Amino acid sequence: MSPTGTLKLIDRVTAINWNRLQDEKDLEVWDRLVGNFWLPEKVPVSNDIQSWHTLSDDEKLMTTRVFTGLTLLDTIQGTVGAVSLIPDALTPHEEAVYTNIAFMESVHAKSYSSIFSTLISTKEIDDAFAWSEANPNLQRKAEIVLEYYRGDDPLKRKVASTMLESFLFYSGFYAPMYWASRAKLTNTADLIRLIIRDEAVHGYYIGYKYQKGLAKLPQAEQDELKAYTFDLLFELYENEVEYTESLYGPLGLTEDVKKFLRYNANKALMNLGYEGLFPKDETDVNPAILAALSPNADENHDFFSGSGSSYVIGKAVETEDDDWDF
Amino acid sequence: MSSLVYFSSVSENTHRFVQRLGLEELGIGVHRIPVRRTDEFLRVDEPYVLMVPTYGGGNEGGAVPRRVREFLNDAHNRSFIRGVIAAGNTNFGAAYCIAGDIISAKCQVPYLYAFELLGTAEDARRVRDGLGRFWQRQSLISA
Repeated sequence: MSPTGTLKLIDRVTAINWNRLQDEKDLEVWDRLVGNFWLPEKVPVSNDIQSWHTLSDDEKLMTTRVFTGLTLLDTIQGTVGAVSLIPDALTPHEEAVYTNIAFMESVHAKSYSSIFSTLISTKEIDDAFAWSEANPNLQRKAEIVLEYYRGDDPLKRKVASTMLESFLFYSGFYAPMYWASRAKLTNTADLIRLIIRDEAVHGYYIGYKYQKGLAKLPQAEQDELKAYTFDLLFELYENEVEYTESLYGPLGLTEDVKKFLRYNANKALMNLGYEGLFPKDETDVNPAILAALSPNADENHDFFSGSGSSYVIGKAVETEDDDWDF
Repeated sequence: MSSLVYFSSVSENTHRFVQRLGLEELGIGVHRIPVRRTDEFLRVDEPYVLMVPTYGGGNEGGAVPRRVREFLNDAHNRSFIRGVIAAGNTNFGAAYCIAGDIISAKCQVPYLYAFELLGTAEDARRVRDGLGRFWQRQSLISA
């Protein structure tokens, strides 16, 4: 079954015209991605060398393995994942956005290499890559996603891709946020935050395109895809839990990481247009991790639950927008 | 009378959150800022809380959607704003839900609540209850 299989992008070569948009979201996201463009050279990771040497051997091992795992996922997304979405694109602008996403994933994969070469010896890097090739959960995660990328259903491909962008990276992203919360490897964390920011736009966009495609299908097929999405999430989640244990178990961090996983699993579902699955008390991310991710997230933006006596006005922010009239 | 004015792009994320609130049952009117410039401009004539998504990026430029800036540039519309609620994504770090900070500071109204993406059931409950109490209190103050 390939509901949009008959939709071919072009049957003759057509030049891309950004002045005739079929979906304005394409240009909006393109502009956002271009505005967010960065390269790893701009982050002074070498300032973390001293900090790296304060880590215990177990901590170094965990961190190195985390980064090889992330490298593997970004390699998949850059060379197979985002590229596999291109033939399914409904507009030439959508194609262009995927090429941008694919390129940035390659930038991400290269960033991990620059972290490695700065902090770790060649021997340790080789050992970590050997570990990533032998770790069954990491390989399983890659297999599951690759299977859908090679499959023939464009919408399932988008689900798998959104899961990767919005969920599967986070068992890895936890580690640099953990170190940042302890004032360690802070430059590395700055670099990872740039990656995290990109993944948010990628997950949002691919999830949005999934929803656009979904809306064109009859209800029965929509229901089937929803069930498929949740099944896939469970399959990936179970695997993530084992993967997390293999990485963080020796440091006693597994339970803390699992909350972060579930929190992000919910966000992946939301990017696909579904409500979160895991309840509040299973997604209460350690406030230190959340603050490392977003210093703005732990500020009290809940005027409603207060007494009402405190009148919170947002802090002044200079905007670069020139079309405010006041 | 009191109301909620919101913006939601074609992704409909914020729209879906608003739908879950059931504000009409509380006697709170709901107005949507049009997505396209070619749509009819929204003018409001009653106090409202503004709900907006934050457009994500590393800088503040463009964090407040353009249609929302146009809506607030209208002095008549602006005179009725009483509070702001923002949506966003913690992945954007310091820029998380920053549209709420920007609008709150510019319009000198309280920043009432922030939530992520489509919001959780808990977010919907708190915003619904909170808006009910907020407008009750406002009506006591102005009475």
